[in-house]
Amino acid sequence: MSGAYYEKVARINLSTGEIKVEKLDLDLARKFIGGRGLGTKMLYDEGVATVDPLSPENKLIYITGPMTGSGSPSSGRYMVVTKSPLTGMIACSNSGGVWGARLKYAGWDALIVEGQAPEWTYITIEDDKIELLDAREYVGKLSEDLDEALREKHGKEAAVLNIGPAGEKQVLLAAIMNDKDRAAGRSGVGAVMGSKKLKAIVVKATRKALDNVADPEGLKAVNQRCMKLIRENPVTNQALRSYGTAVLVNIVNNIGAFPVKNWQGSYYDKGDAISGETLAEKYLEKPGACHRCPIACARVIRHDGKIIGGPEYEPLWAYGGDCGNDDLYVINECNRLCNEYGLDAISVPCTIAAAMELYQRGFIKEEECDGVPLEWGSGKALIEWTRRMGDPETPLARLMSSGSVRLCEHYGHPEFAMAVKKQEMPAYDARAIQGIGITYATSNRGGCHVRGYMISPEVLGLPKQMDRTVTEEKAAWAKIFQDLTAVIDSMGNCLFTSFALGAQEYADLLNAATGTSHSVEQLLETGDRIYNIERMFNKAAGMKPEDDRLPKRLMREPISNGPSEGMSSKIELTLPQYYEARGWVNAFPTDETLKRLGLEECVGK
Amino acid sequence: MIEVRLFATLRQGRDKIVYLAPEGLAQAADVLQSLNIPAEEVSILLVNGFHSKPETPVKDGDVLALFPPVGGG
Repeated sequence: MSGAYYEKVARINLSTGEIKVEKLDLDLARKFIGGRGLGTKMLYDEGVATVDPLSPENKLIYITGPMTGSGSPSSGRYMVVTKSPLTGMIACSNSGGVWGARLKYAGWDALIVEGQAPEWTYITIEDDKIELLDAREYVGKLSEDLDEALREKHGKEAAVLNIGPAGEKQVLLAAIMNDKDRAAGRSGVGAVMGSKKLKAIVVKATRKALDNVADPEGLKAVNQRCMKLIRENPVTNQALRSYGTAVLVNIVNNIGAFPVKNWQGSYYDKGDAISGETLAEKYLEKPGACHRCPIACARVIRHDGKIIGGPEYEPLWAYGGDCGNDDLYVINECNRLCNEYGLDAISVPCTIAAAMELYQRGFIKEEECDGVPLEWGSGKALIEWTRRMGDPETPLARLMSSGSVRLCEHYGHPEFAMAVKKQEMPAYDARAIQGIGITYATSNRGGCHVRGYMISPEVLGLPKQMDRTVTEEKAAWAKIFQDLTAVIDSMGNCLFTSFALGAQEYADLLNAATGTSHSVEQLLETGDRIYNIERMFNKAAGMKPEDDRLPKRLMREPISNGPSEGMSSKIELTLPQYYEARGWVNAFPTDETLKRLGLEECVGK
Repeated sequence: MIEVRLFATLRQGRDKIVYLAPEGLAQAADVLQSLNIPAEEVSILLVNGFHSKPETPVKDGDVLALFPPVGGG
């Protein structure tokens, strides 16, 4: 054991019931760090890029980073890496809570789950011991109920990861839930778990801290320095704790980059009613924190007499302005349903918004709606269609549960799907914020904001204020943000630490924990390598250059209202600049780029 | 009138929206001063939806939005 890796991977074959313990390839781990980077490399090497994502041949990797559970700030992250049934490309969904740290404390760097169980199964892990147990009695259970039931059975100290009914039904927008309201939310990873008839993974660990870091005293010193930076930073010390990510509603709306009614507009005149300020005033019980997190951005709210997890910025926008709804109670209820059914709380409401536009334009008929018309702003529709998408029974519910692209293509109008690579874009209008459009277009997992959060410089002014309306310098910055994000995701730290920490702090944390001696340049090159291995997975999976495109609406329909009225995306200018910065031609790395990054195994592929 | 929208902690002890007569208010800094908001408490200052500085000129009909340091994602 050395350097914050336990050097142990469990390969669990659900078809045969065989469980093998494999040694982590430490050289590979150091080259790809862990988490997102190492998980993607492992999946690439497993050769699953061309398989049907919902077949037994797909593999599901649950992986921690070297910093997961290390005691460094906000270091409770784990990732789920698999081939996405939504996009047909790489999926890497990242979640907090305590489950990831518990898996690490049990002595596992990663689990590779393959095959398909003959009957519904769940996995228990107690330190070295891994067992497959009968889950038939839990089929149909909502996620939080199952969490309670399994902790009742296996001990309150157990951490539970599971899928709800949506994952069981292989809904393409299904999430994997852990610790009740934390989610590996995107790209349909819950459907892959459901396709394997795996209902839950319960983890118990004797260890309460990592006992194998390379330089414990050095790590303690870097941790203290990082903690001081986090405490001194107004965003990480106070702002996220007070209002959560929900504080963005008013900011993004006030610059006119808050998509309304499926991106037909971009300013919502009732924005304040669904804002972080209003959420805090009316419903907030307290902030919530993941494993050893000083930031505490999560919202714990009062809802129908219960204390539950509350919405992030994304569902506030997507169930709010994007669906023309200003009733915050409805958003809280829909967010609860997403957690209970195990659904992506971005893609589900975005797909409802697309359906509402199809209904508005007469393409979806009232008789298809089974008594609940898809009218803009209808709280009844939002609640009922979320429930229906979580456990689809009717033809329209089945279509909608497959995401906006498949829905809109069915009706012959793919232009109303606000998605990239078949995954719905989140809550920032790329017509009004030029850099985030590069992130959306080039994200390897499809429409996503956290693959290179250009909102930080373009809207929040961090680390410096950039003009959101221009394209200059944006391609180079997007690449740097993407590379550093890939590093943070691979380490197992939360991305939000980057509001206070810089690349040097991440290098120092990683070096102290693993015994490496990465410079900042080497660390960013590692991020570049990770971004490229993801891209090579996508290439092997059949990605085409035209998949790096934004929906046509963003280029052809200028914003119709608010402060950014008249703006459109200039992605045609920035995309070539981005490819040049990456060393890519026609959306893919050249052999020279692959060799420079030490990805010789991908050359010629 | 100049409309000033206050957000997050800047709302504490103040109204959410304040309307000010434009007389004597030449730039955003004058607006902050008239509301007793120290400039260092304002991290994002929008004038009509665009990021601005305290020295940005203001006029009748403008909408200012003021935010303390905030983050999210």
